[in-house]
Amino acid sequence: MLKIKDLHASVEGKEILKGVNLTVRPGEVHAIMGPNGSGKSTLSSVLTGHPAFTVTGGEVEFYGKDLLALSPEDRAHEGLFLSFQYPVEIPGVSMVNFMRAAVNEKRKYNGQEPLNASDFLKLMREKRAVVQLDNKLASRAVNEGFSGGEKKRNEIFQMAMLEPRLSILDETDSGLDIDALRIVASGVNQLKSKDNATIVITHYQRLLDYIKPDFVHILYKGRIVMSAGPELALELEEKGYDWIKQMHNE
Amino acid sequence: MNSMMNSLKQYIDLHDEHRELIEAHAPQALNNLRQQARQALEGATLPLKGQEDYEATDLNAIFAPDYGVNIGRLDFDIDPSAVFHCDVPNMSTCMYYTYNDIFHPSNTARRQEGGVVVESLAQAAVNHPQLLDRYYGRLASLDDPTVALNTMLAQDGILVYVPAGFTAEKTIQLVNILNYTRPMMVVRRVLVVLEENAHARMLVCDHTQSADVDCLTSQVVEVFAGENATFDYYDMEESGPLTHRVSSIYVHQSAGSNVLVDGITLTNGITRNDYHVVVDGEHAETQLLGMTIASGTQHVDTHTHLDHRAPRCHSNEMFKYVLGDQAVGAFAGKILVQPDCPRVEAYQGNRNICSSNQAKMYTKPQLEIYTDDVKCSHGTTIGQLDDEALYYMRTRGISLDEARNLLMQAFMADVIEAVRLDTLRDRLRYLVEKRFNGTLANCGACAAVCH
Repeated sequence: MLKIKDLHASVEGKEILKGVNLTVRPGEVHAIMGPNGSGKSTLSSVLTGHPAFTVTGGEVEFYGKDLLALSPEDRAHEGLFLSFQYPVEIPGVSMVNFMRAAVNEKRKYNGQEPLNASDFLKLMREKRAVVQLDNKLASRAVNEGFSGGEKKRNEIFQMAMLEPRLSILDETDSGLDIDALRIVASGVNQLKSKDNATIVITHYQRLLDYIKPDFVHILYKGRIVMSAGPELALELEEKGYDWIKQMHNE
Repeated sequence: MNSMMNSLKQYIDLHDEHRELIEAHAPQALNNLRQQARQALEGATLPLKGQEDYEATDLNAIFAPDYGVNIGRLDFDIDPSAVFHCDVPNMSTCMYYTYNDIFHPSNTARRQEGGVVVESLAQAAVNHPQLLDRYYGRLASLDDPTVALNTMLAQDGILVYVPAGFTAEKTIQLVNILNYTRPMMVVRRVLVVLEENAHARMLVCDHTQSADVDCLTSQVVEVFAGENATFDYYDMEESGPLTHRVSSIYVHQSAGSNVLVDGITLTNGITRNDYHVVVDGEHAETQLLGMTIASGTQHVDTHTHLDHRAPRCHSNEMFKYVLGDQAVGAFAGKILVQPDCPRVEAYQGNRNICSSNQAKMYTKPQLEIYTDDVKCSHGTTIGQLDDEALYYMRTRGISLDEARNLLMQAFMADVIEAVRLDTLRDRLRYLVEKRFNGTLANCGACAAVCH
């Protein structure tokens, strides 16, 4: 579904991604690990079309389409989703209005009628159960005043609402206690199917105990320098990132 | 048009040539002030753009076109309620209209409770002459040439009178409709008198139905809030691109009174709104609110002057603008705390979003404090929409336009929530949503479009 070929990208003139290659197929879970500053979050921003990042080379194909030519909203409509490391607070915009706009714009893109109010609220109710968010959610402003755990659960709730084909979870484990981590991971696992795929970006093996990857990649200095099965995450946990740095003569 | 031309002259000439006709069609109380106003204008000019307090707006140019004035007080053979439907649902109000500048009470107006008076100043001159003598022109300052001009030409207007202890249960709604086939100026006076412990709410809606003719509203509103009176005044403009409006609202608050004045501009041409509030008794509360949404070449200039003359009063002022395209906004607000007014709390805020590169906002907050032991603050911001929030929404599939609309509506949320009239608040949310997504029918509220 996703083919990244020799992707180069920069922000404010500084090159961060220096030739990333990655292929993801339906049903797979890929983990991307790497030390701070290696380009993990840049990769997720570039894939979702953050306007601050400039693609300077390479290509990305998503279900046969040139992903980089699409607007961020059309990438979402095509089935790409990013769970933010730092979800943005939007005071004054209620979750219900936010999600209604998101769901109905996707339906419009797919040539479907907008959901009526009662079907929409029913869908909200059903999906918030996935991450155990309570019924006050609808009337609250997007992420405003949410605890760290609530924010991440809210990301997975949105993922459940939008049913993406490819989800990128950008350090979804950061700032979570063990209980919240379990809820979030369980939500992600409930949404997993043979037709969708997940890219998990994380520093730690911990999250991968709950969301089992099929492949683990190490991103270092803007390139994927090593790819293997789930055992690579364990090895990395044991040896630390210095192991990678040493391999690159640093 | 030569902008240096003194556009006041044509109105002075009009007055001088037709003084008898003007006076013949106006109540005595209005005529009594007319000569004073005429004298105040001797040698005066209207403010030019760039003069102090007129940094963004050229009043002289606004008055420059050769506007006609209906000094013969010719009525239009029309029933305003037949050509206008208020589109605020569940809004049970006592409706009054001015069609061009002629007053028309509607059928619902007959249901006004006993004691509460809403009538034209011409009727009031017969029924309540003592009120006009006592209150008319007592707040409006003839030092302001636009106010003097209004006073020199005013022949009629509206009186709202709530006697001591009475409550006007239903909101008093005044709908001002402009519909002209040639350039005309409306000279409007509104006089509101609430005696002690009187309570009322008023919603004023300005609509323009004629789309292709310049017109000008000159408006002076005077509000007297007696001791422990409460009064809400919502002034909502939904006019058209060729409508010009120069409005001055004067409020006098006695002890314990609670007044809310809310100026809303959704569509217009060029508007200058001045607010002068004198807080003249202890424990009075003032809410001064405003919301402007402007696009195209709309121009909205607001000046506020809040004069605290008594201790232990509380005022809160918040004006918000969202400007797009080439729209121009201006806000200048002054809070004055006079000597010997301890424990005054006065807050002023002006928050603005310029959503395009060409939109311009001018803002000037001012505090003048002559008493210790007060709490006062002012804050002003001009910014753009939050890029990170826009990106976040777009990653959820919300289009850039829709994301911008949601953020702009959210920006206005607090000034909408501050409306104390439930049905109007609900309606404002809806109107603001429509205004931002471009589907607000700029229709002069013609029934066919709104329903």
